[in-house]
Amino acid sequence: MRRLGRRLARDRSALVAFGVLAMIGLACWVGPLFTGHAPERIYPDLVAVPPGLAPHPRPETVAPALEGLAFRMRATATEIAARDGQVRFVLAAPSPIDPRVLTYLPRSDLFGPATILAREADGRRLVVTAPILARTFFLGTDGLGRDLLTRTLVAGRVSLVIGLVATAVALAIGLTYGAVAGYVGGRVDAMMMRVVDGLYALPFMFFVIMLLVFFDAGLGLILVAIGAVEWLDMARMVRTQTLSLRRRDFVRAAEALGLSSATILRRHIVPNTLGPVAVAATLLVPRVILLESFLSFLGLGVQEPDTSWGALIAEGARSLEAAPWMLGLPAAALVATLLALNVFGDALGRALDPRGDPR
Amino acid sequence: MIGFILRRLLQALPTLLAVVTVSFFLIRLAPGGPFDLERPLSPAALAQLRRTYGLDQPLGLQYVHYLAALARGDFGPSFSFRDLGVAELIARGLSVSVTLGGLALILAMGLGIGLGMGAALKPGGVLDRAVGFGAGLGLAVPTFVVAPLLQIVFGLGLSWLPLGGWEGGAPSHLVLPVLTLALPQAAILARLTRASLRETFHLPHIRTQRAMGLPGHRITRHALRAALLPVVAILGSTAAALLTGSVVVETLFGLPGLGRSFVDAALNRDYTLVMGTVILVAVFVVILNLVADVLCAFLDPRLRLGR
Repeated sequence: MRRLGRRLARDRSALVAFGVLAMIGLACWVGPLFTGHAPERIYPDLVAVPPGLAPHPRPETVAPALEGLAFRMRATATEIAARDGQVRFVLAAPSPIDPRVLTYLPRSDLFGPATILAREADGRRLVVTAPILARTFFLGTDGLGRDLLTRTLVAGRVSLVIGLVATAVALAIGLTYGAVAGYVGGRVDAMMMRVVDGLYALPFMFFVIMLLVFFDAGLGLILVAIGAVEWLDMARMVRTQTLSLRRRDFVRAAEALGLSSATILRRHIVPNTLGPVAVAATLLVPRVILLESFLSFLGLGVQEPDTSWGALIAEGARSLEAAPWMLGLPAAALVATLLALNVFGDALGRALDPRGDPR
Repeated sequence: MIGFILRRLLQALPTLLAVVTVSFFLIRLAPGGPFDLERPLSPAALAQLRRTYGLDQPLGLQYVHYLAALARGDFGPSFSFRDLGVAELIARGLSVSVTLGGLALILAMGLGIGLGMGAALKPGGVLDRAVGFGAGLGLAVPTFVVAPLLQIVFGLGLSWLPLGGWEGGAPSHLVLPVLTLALPQAAILARLTRASLRETFHLPHIRTQRAMGLPGHRITRHALRAALLPVVAILGSTAAALLTGSVVVETLFGLPGLGRSFVDAALNRDYTLVMGTVILVAVFVVILNLVADVLCAFLDPRLRLGR
């Protein structure tokens, strides 16, 4: 185990991949606390703003936004002057203005509560000042006006959790099934493997799609569906391993000592298959994440207001021309994660291979 | 060889029966029906519809009837497209999906095997590293990211190719979908070919040939025959992946293929169309796996005797 760690530590690609994964994981769980936006908070006045460091609203959009608000107050805004995060303007209407209409301002995501500086012409002209709320969306907002960075990070939690849990499900089924088939052997083994062969021939994706369409798509069902698809490879691999382990002396010794089959499987067979299984599992996680994002992309996976990278990419692909950044960020996060997991899995395989690196 | 093929076909029958049975009962047990509309039908009309399509009979009887019709090659009428049979609908979608999938398979094989060979011949070389990097990227970038990127670059930016649509299979409309479908499979094939060829070079018969002073390209040819075995063995699953991948590609490029029609049919609870598509895809996968096995047996005589 320690040698494995040393070998991995010497492999630069493994270190980089591990670092990238750790950073993505940390960002997904801790990051949303620091972005300053709640993932579900909708800013209706800040829909699909492009990425940038400058705060919103931009100076050139203050006047049109105010004019729009004034129109809803059945008044007109003139002499608009924005300075030092405050906007000062004159609200004018043909009849006296009820000061309560000024609540439109703080409701708009753009301005704070307004104060009336002066009333002129029997209340038909109000001199008003209000703070401009500066909000920063480093990576823009989506089609509903939600902060994209926060949403991508929160989506990452869902994608990563599904990847890990579904892999664990596949691992548990595959490991048990393969180990039992390989250890019991004979007719039972032939039967069990025939079942696996048969399942291999099933158009599984079509079944998963059917499952998710007919029964309400939910996180639990997605996990079960993906786990049920992906255990086949694991079962085959574990069986082959078990077949060769079964004839080894330490297993025969355990049998001679009268240990039960279940104990032998648990104590002697399964732990010895874990090396290759770990590699396969590491490489399974990206496949599962990809599968989940594929389902979410089709609208069959994670449902609103929850989101995953696949769901975000689907949104981004739909508004590609108007807002290309909506595709860019989730896609980059997904690709970086998958790439890092693949690279790490390969490195783990190399470190476990006693023949060393053939390259 | 013929016995081998027959035996494999017989083994496939229970699989296909399982596909039919599982999908039949899965669909019927699911909540919702094909005639759930926004405005509910009158009970009399609903009963009439159900009688017409035989949905009022007990489930077991419906199953037997369906199997009997299936044995005659009758997929039944579609529930959502009036006056159209499932067979016609599938035939339409199939021509699109097979064109796409076939071209993508050829492209993926050419690209993947070719680049994998090139990489294996000079390990550590420029091509090897480029292929390693490209294949890693190809595995990690999903089709539904590749497709919009291709659309941006070649459709919107350069205006070389149309963004989508089928137009009777015009070549310019095929380029981007086929490329999108083929790239991830090419990445898998390239990695596999490279690894397999590297291993074959260490086999005794290749070493003997090298010792005998055979020229490089002759050795490569011998090695390739053995090295292609695992590549051929996964072609069945590659083809299945192309069929599955068609769901996304057809959605993104607006193509009237099998994958898209399947998702729509499932959403519309079009029982017979869903069943027909699933059965057809299962038959496809079985046949393609069989073809892959036969090819393997052809490449490696040892496999003909075993099992």
